[in-house]
Amino acid sequence: MSALRVYVEGIGLWSPQLADFAALRSLLAGATPAPPPARPAAARLPPNERRRAPESVLLAVEVAGQAVAMSGRDAAALACVFASSHGDQPITDYMCATLAQAPAELSPIRFHNSVHNAAVGYWTIATDCHAPSTAVAAQRASFGAGLLEAVSQVLAEQRAVLLVCSDTGGSGPLADITHCRQPFGCALVLTPQRSDATLARLDLALTPARPDSALDEPLAGWRDDNPSAAGLPLLALLARAEGHCQLAAAATLGLQIDMDHA
Amino acid sequence: MLDVMTPLAITAYTASSAIGHGRAAHLDALRAARSGLRPNDFSSAPLACWIGRVDGVEDVALPAALDIWACRNNQLAWLGLNQDGFLERVQAARERYGAGRIALLLGTSTASIGATEEAYRRLDADGGFADEMLRPAIHAPHSLAAFVAAALQLEGPCLTISTACSSSAKVFANAARMIRLGLIDAAVVGGVDTLCDSVLFGFNALELVSPVPCRPFDAARDGISIGEAAGFALLERINTAPDAPQLLGYGEASDAHHMSTPHPDGLGAELALRDTLARAGLDASQVDYINLHGTASQKNDEVEAALVGRAFPARTRASSTKGFTGHTLGAAGIVEATIALLAIEHWLVPGNLGGDTPDPVCGASFAWRNEPQRVEVALSNSFGFGGNNACLAFARAGFAA
Repeated sequence: MSALRVYVEGIGLWSPQLADFAALRSLLAGATPAPPPARPAAARLPPNERRRAPESVLLAVEVAGQAVAMSGRDAAALACVFASSHGDQPITDYMCATLAQAPAELSPIRFHNSVHNAAVGYWTIATDCHAPSTAVAAQRASFGAGLLEAVSQVLAEQRAVLLVCSDTGGSGPLADITHCRQPFGCALVLTPQRSDATLARLDLALTPARPDSALDEPLAGWRDDNPSAAGLPLLALLARAEGHCQLAAAATLGLQIDMDHA
Repeated sequence: MLDVMTPLAITAYTASSAIGHGRAAHLDALRAARSGLRPNDFSSAPLACWIGRVDGVEDVALPAALDIWACRNNQLAWLGLNQDGFLERVQAARERYGAGRIALLLGTSTASIGATEEAYRRLDADGGFADEMLRPAIHAPHSLAAFVAAALQLEGPCLTISTACSSSAKVFANAARMIRLGLIDAAVVGGVDTLCDSVLFGFNALELVSPVPCRPFDAARDGISIGEAAGFALLERINTAPDAPQLLGYGEASDAHHMSTPHPDGLGAELALRDTLARAGLDASQVDYINLHGTASQKNDEVEAALVGRAFPARTRASSTKGFTGHTLGAAGIVEATIALLAIEHWLVPGNLGGDTPDPVCGASFAWRNEPQRVEVALSNSFGFGGNNACLAFARAGFAA
């Protein structure tokens, strides 16, 4: 099978240590970037939504907004693939705790914010985007599986796609199960053709399952602390001139990615 | 303008819902206009409503090697996989193409959240999960797809699509793209959602649950009845199975309007419909039957009936079958795809059960009672929270637009 070739036009990133992709670049160059404020700014949301939005939505909208701004594209025209291993864990914790004690008191707003596609729903509303949008999950392989889905949309539909992969930190008893110790989100704008805004070219190929590319600290620890940070090998690669990395696309499937700035 | 897509063959399909296990039970209930809804006997605290509960889920035993996956949602998945010879068809496809060349693409809204709810009801004295609930893989949205991948021994792309009530319709689009690109040779698609407190009390909190059996498109409708279901289909290239029914097209679009109410003009639903017809190379007048989303919520049915009225001639017949199954949420797409395929295979337009006093917004296309007639082309609509819309087009074997 020939490689799947797509182009990167925008990159978004947010974690408690990294405000954006430039901060990752600076870290990899040996500097110590200033950490962002505790709450993602999520400037693409209208102010009233920004005040009320749950953490998962703020995180996803923040990285989506960064990537789209870098690409210079109109968000309304981008198909959306939002991946997350666990969705909004504080809401899941709230729902399960409330249902165990006083089910009739469940909050209607938190219930409709609990759907896995809440973040992409808020994003499409905020950007007046009528393009196809989806929300996906694949446990620890959510980034790779989401990337594969985004690439298949880019190539099969010949359109630009916004990929977001984000997970909140764990909350309550659930946190011991998900082992999410901090939030992490990242985003890419992917296109079928090279343009003036192209930052990198990616050639992807499916492989049998192999270990994910190794990372140095502190990136390795961040990856252990959040499944969405499985995208870090690719993000680190994008901060360099060229190279390749290996990610999981499913429990039994790998994704080899060759990156070039040409 | 979208190119017309090469149709895909649907070489196996099955559904299990409140009206029975497998296709024959579904056809039988549709022909008899027999609802599967019953008074709520499921939730952990009383809630006065009707539900579409699948009989026998509690008694399903998973094979010993898969026991770590045991929970209501995966038990229903296993029950569903064991109908209509589906397991054998997948095994044959695996031998033909190889396990790595078949994708598994499943929709679910809440996966096995019911197991997480149970863990929270039975926390240890120290506030943590009890030992038998310490199974991280079932407390995640990917529980269903990971379980089914293990059960079917598939090693290709494996993805959970979770866009609320459009989830298991969108999986057909994922599969069509991957097959078109040559990433895979076949795909198992489908979805499973099970009854749980989250959805019963959640929809109740939104005041969207009816105290009586749901009445889609009825003037007096007052909300949904929640159901559960499992359904699966096997998709392959059309040249490998020219005698199989076909997926002709798909469409997906976003409302960009509101998290829990549809766009007042059905904008996203209409965009999804137009894209489906364009990919299928169909004119609206060629559509014989539409299985509607028709949840029996005030807003959905009003918007969807108006869309049918402005987009289709009266010869196109339309109905909701949620009066039979209840709203099976993330499984609704695959259950209703199955009903659309049964309509094609058995020449039956199922009547819109529960719509005894039609809402005046419903036009001449609505089939209030069963209509035995030839169905060559059928559509299925699925819409979800977040303004997420999907539409699918199916046709009989050999149909060319």
